[in-house]
Amino acid sequence: MQREVKFAGFGGQGILSAGHFLADAALEEGKEVAWVPSYGPEMRGGTAYCTVVISDDPIGSPVVNTPMDLVAMNRPSLEKFVDTVKPGGFILVNSSLIPDRVERKDVHEILIPANDIAIKNKNNRGANMVILGAYVTCSGIVKLDTIVEMMPVAFARKPQFVESNIACVREGARLAREALEAVL
Amino acid sequence: MAKKLMKGNEAIGEAAIRAGSKYYFAYPITPQTEVAEYLARRLPEVDGVFLQAESELGASNMIFGAASSGKRVFTSSSSPGISLMSEALSYITCAELPCVFINVCRAGPGLGGILPSQGDYMQATHASGHGDFHLLVLAPSTVQEAVEHMMQAFDLADKYRNPVMIFADGLIGQMMEPVDFDAVKVGKPADHSDWATTGAKGRAPHIVKTLYLNPLDNEKHNHHLAEKYARMDKAEQRSEMYGGLGKPELLITAFGTSARVCKTAVDMLNAEGIDVALFRPISLYPFPKVALAKEAGKAHVKQLLSVEMSSGQMIEDVRLYTKDAKPVHFFGRHGGIVPSPEEVVDAIRKILPKKKAAAKK
Repeated sequence: MQREVKFAGFGGQGILSAGHFLADAALEEGKEVAWVPSYGPEMRGGTAYCTVVISDDPIGSPVVNTPMDLVAMNRPSLEKFVDTVKPGGFILVNSSLIPDRVERKDVHEILIPANDIAIKNKNNRGANMVILGAYVTCSGIVKLDTIVEMMPVAFARKPQFVESNIACVREGARLAREALEAVL
Repeated sequence: MAKKLMKGNEAIGEAAIRAGSKYYFAYPITPQTEVAEYLARRLPEVDGVFLQAESELGASNMIFGAASSGKRVFTSSSSPGISLMSEALSYITCAELPCVFINVCRAGPGLGGILPSQGDYMQATHASGHGDFHLLVLAPSTVQEAVEHMMQAFDLADKYRNPVMIFADGLIGQMMEPVDFDAVKVGKPADHSDWATTGAKGRAPHIVKTLYLNPLDNEKHNHHLAEKYARMDKAEQRSEMYGGLGKPELLITAFGTSARVCKTAVDMLNAEGIDVALFRPISLYPFPKVALAKEAGKAHVKQLLSVEMSSGQMIEDVRLYTKDAKPVHFFGRHGGIVPSPEEVVDAIRKILPKKKAAAKK
């Protein structure tokens, strides 16, 4: 089985690192994985995005124009990619910054106020971790525990952020579970 | 060692160190600058040297000089930078110096763009510089394979006393995939004491040169080089077959990133019962002509499709080595766009329309 997710937002939101976390977790669980960044001129100031492909089998094309899921951290990236998501996929919307709703009826919209939750957890830059926890919960692509267990290693040089990042991931997961109950 | 998630460019740099190279001279250019960034940090840890040259000309001539000493040396660049290195490539090959050049190919011509391309195929395989010479060219299609090629490249360069080029592209350079360095075996650096310029105290001087003013001497040297390319051609052709349901009626030819895209396309079509397969050249020079002729020559193969991230370059070799016995179609995207599997599937459906429609009835 293969599943793809696109993380999209603007530079500085931790888009690439959220994808990197997911890719590392998938590798940790013994899956095949490819992390493909956008490195075009749009990286400066415009939308930044990366695609993570996770599979049980060796990955063919790492470039996926129609991912299963989308994590949209800002409005332009939701507008840009909303129509590329496969039917039945999840679209996670950072509702702290995006007032719009997804109009498509063939996808599952999950609203996560990622920035508000990050600030509540005294981790202003933790919005990407909130949405990562939410995405992992929705997709079930890797275990939430795998992500949580990676935190002390990933933030070995900034140990002061380990606890608040774990709190962000867990809170994102909790909101996603609530949202899922409403949607499914 | 467990698998590690690494960016292609960084993995290539680490692979070179694992292969025993400690000398890297380069000039930055997107999309391969992470090779230099990684090695700037990593080489001092192994008592190596990274020197950022003033230009690609400077870097490639530093390789010329350092390779003359017989040490394992390498450089990396991307398309416009490789063009600037072509003069040195000609000199280094003429002087028969082992070394490795990496081209993380981007879209051209001119400065072009920074996104992935395979538009330097002809340059890499047929005309890397002036004069009558060839590089040994390997084209990885995954980050792990880039590591393997990089680690094998130094052994191959030693074996033939010839530069080896790793022909990657921006996608392989930029993406992260799991890599395992321990899966690759590396030979010991060859003994170069019979030619390397290491100081002539107590022995006759060794001379590394490329100037042969006497045409008979020059012809003799060219014959010697040609004999070497013939040996490479015999021993180093590499390719793989992928997919198919037993008797493919269409054979795709693609290398590197476009081959990966084609693997997905082949899977999609095979799942529908449409019998197509992929022939992937792994060595671009020498071109895997023997294996291609064998696969394409099978009676059930009616036509071929070359899929490339260019306007069509490898297709000329495909046509040459299948002797145009069967139609060779082309599908390509360029300008930095990687074709999607769906586009490749559509291209194949256009080639195989009527028969499939009839089969469904």
